[in-house]
Amino acid sequence: MTSDNTNPNTLTTAHLRKLIAKGKLKDRIFQIIGMLFLTAGLAVIFLLISDMVMRGWDRLSLDFFMNFASRRALQAGILSAWVGSLLVMAVTAFAAIPLGICAGVYLEEYAKRNWVTDLIEINITNLAAVPSIVYGLLALGIFVYALGFGQSILTAGLTLALLILPIIIVSTREAIRAIPTAIREGSMAAGATRWQTCRYHIIPYAMPGILTGIIIGLARAIGETAPIITIGALTFIAFLPPMPFTEISAGVTAAPFDWLMSPFTVLPIQIFNWTSRPDPAFEANAAAASFILMAMVLTMNCIAIWLRYKLRKNIRWQN
Amino acid sequence: MKPNPKTNRLAHNARRHFGERLIEALLFITAAISVLTTIAIVYVLVSESIRFFQHVSLWDFLTDTQWTPLFDDAHFGIMVLISGTVVSAFVALSIAIPVGTTIAIYLSEFAGTRVREIAKPTLELLGGIPTIIFGYFALLMVTPLLQKFFPTLPGFSLLSAGIVMGIMIIPYITSLSEDAMRAVPMSLREGSYAIGSGKLHTAIHIVVPAAVSGLAASYILAISRAVGETMILAVAAGMQPNLTWNPAEPAATITSFIVQVALGDLPHGSIGYQTIFAAGLTLILITLCFNILGLWLRRKFREAY
Repeated sequence: MTSDNTNPNTLTTAHLRKLIAKGKLKDRIFQIIGMLFLTAGLAVIFLLISDMVMRGWDRLSLDFFMNFASRRALQAGILSAWVGSLLVMAVTAFAAIPLGICAGVYLEEYAKRNWVTDLIEINITNLAAVPSIVYGLLALGIFVYALGFGQSILTAGLTLALLILPIIIVSTREAIRAIPTAIREGSMAAGATRWQTCRYHIIPYAMPGILTGIIIGLARAIGETAPIITIGALTFIAFLPPMPFTEISAGVTAAPFDWLMSPFTVLPIQIFNWTSRPDPAFEANAAAASFILMAMVLTMNCIAIWLRYKLRKNIRWQN
Repeated sequence: MKPNPKTNRLAHNARRHFGERLIEALLFITAAISVLTTIAIVYVLVSESIRFFQHVSLWDFLTDTQWTPLFDDAHFGIMVLISGTVVSAFVALSIAIPVGTTIAIYLSEFAGTRVREIAKPTLELLGGIPTIIFGYFALLMVTPLLQKFFPTLPGFSLLSAGIVMGIMIIPYITSLSEDAMRAVPMSLREGSYAIGSGKLHTAIHIVVPAAVSGLAASYILAISRAVGETMILAVAAGMQPNLTWNPAEPAATITSFIVQVALGDLPHGSIGYQTIFAAGLTLILITLCFNILGLWLRRKFREAY
């Protein structure tokens, strides 16, 4: 180690031993610090989950899932929130998955290297860094007022779809890039067109990787709160969106897609509402709802991580 | 008459060719949606902000020391919101950068493959937790804990929100920095070991300098996250606009102000409605500055092997 001011000409074995011991001690100390920080980071997850379970355990019953929000903490439930979350997710998935996959396929398989492609690529990178609340402002200006979708499930779903589009595009591209050129050449040599090659070979082979991106994207979307508050989701909703083909009021039957235009609430907003109430009785509700949201998100993330892990182990393209 | 197989095949080819073109055009449109999104963001923010600045002068916006856009006596001093944003981001980064970098160095240079394989995805789970849950964590666990040590700390503070935000950001820094350090070629480390350096010395004097552009990129991302984070601050930092540089006080940030306005019932086109777009534009400009800085840093420090 040159940091010590020892004259190299007079270095003895004893000196060297001392230097090495010192270096090793520093290594050891750093190793302990690193391990400590790492365990502290992981401990936060367990602390969070155990705290939620302890506070919210009493509230976690079937009634909690089947009751609407209420002014009385003990009767309040999350029915409208989880139904809303599911419906919004459905719209998000329906919009973001085809768009994301198609954009990823275009950029990997079709795009020529020119300034248009560069522009699109820089754009996607930049969109990933845009704060999520800005998407809320975008949706407020475009979807709610300019297009007249109102504060509906449709608006929320499309907003979240735009938000997670970069995630799906990037993971689609990565998955496609891992497929060797020989597959494309083989398919085209047999007379397939470029689209047929993509449709029957590239997309199916890349599917596990694409799926990982979709799941991570949806897990992100399900927990997003800020953009949904910005578009004006209500915090207190005691009804469900109209089911298709059922009677909403006397003599009026709901059309198949009426629910798209319905006001709604989602789990994160329900949690936000409960945490911002001064009455501590709602803390248990917030804990229980947080636990359910966290369980959903963590399960999705775990599936994604497992998929990625399995993928790396099993697929080995022969070159 | 028997059809000529040759012309038939060509006709088929032409049809195929048309279909291919159509599909390519459709795929291009999907890819172009990202550009449209950006244009739409800029259009919405700028057009509403222009209307805002017809009522409020830019000078007032930048220099006024009060932020009371919804009162009768309205003041629009964006510095009030910027101060909250900067203080909370500063608290978050002063936790996330040292801890995140240390974990990254540990994982890349010290830990075995087994530890890394388990720790990295688990840390990524930490990054995937919804921010509203971190807000809950800050308000109901971290604030009471801090109040045991500092009894004067109010129920809402930038400090506890910032600390939790820092915890949230750690995985981003760790993941990106670790990737950057792992990309440093082994030969550089071997050279260092060969002249007798220890692991820590090699990590700090060889690996970190070689990976500095990747580290800088991860820090810039962390700053963007901290500046744009919303729910933790809306829940745990309070929403009173307050020109302060003291983390132990409650204050509003740009993002939590937008949430506060969105929760109320503001008519479309009112000055309050336009205010959130002006605030959003400020937010985007701040993150844009950092992104450009990040790009410049990456260019300047890029190491090629």
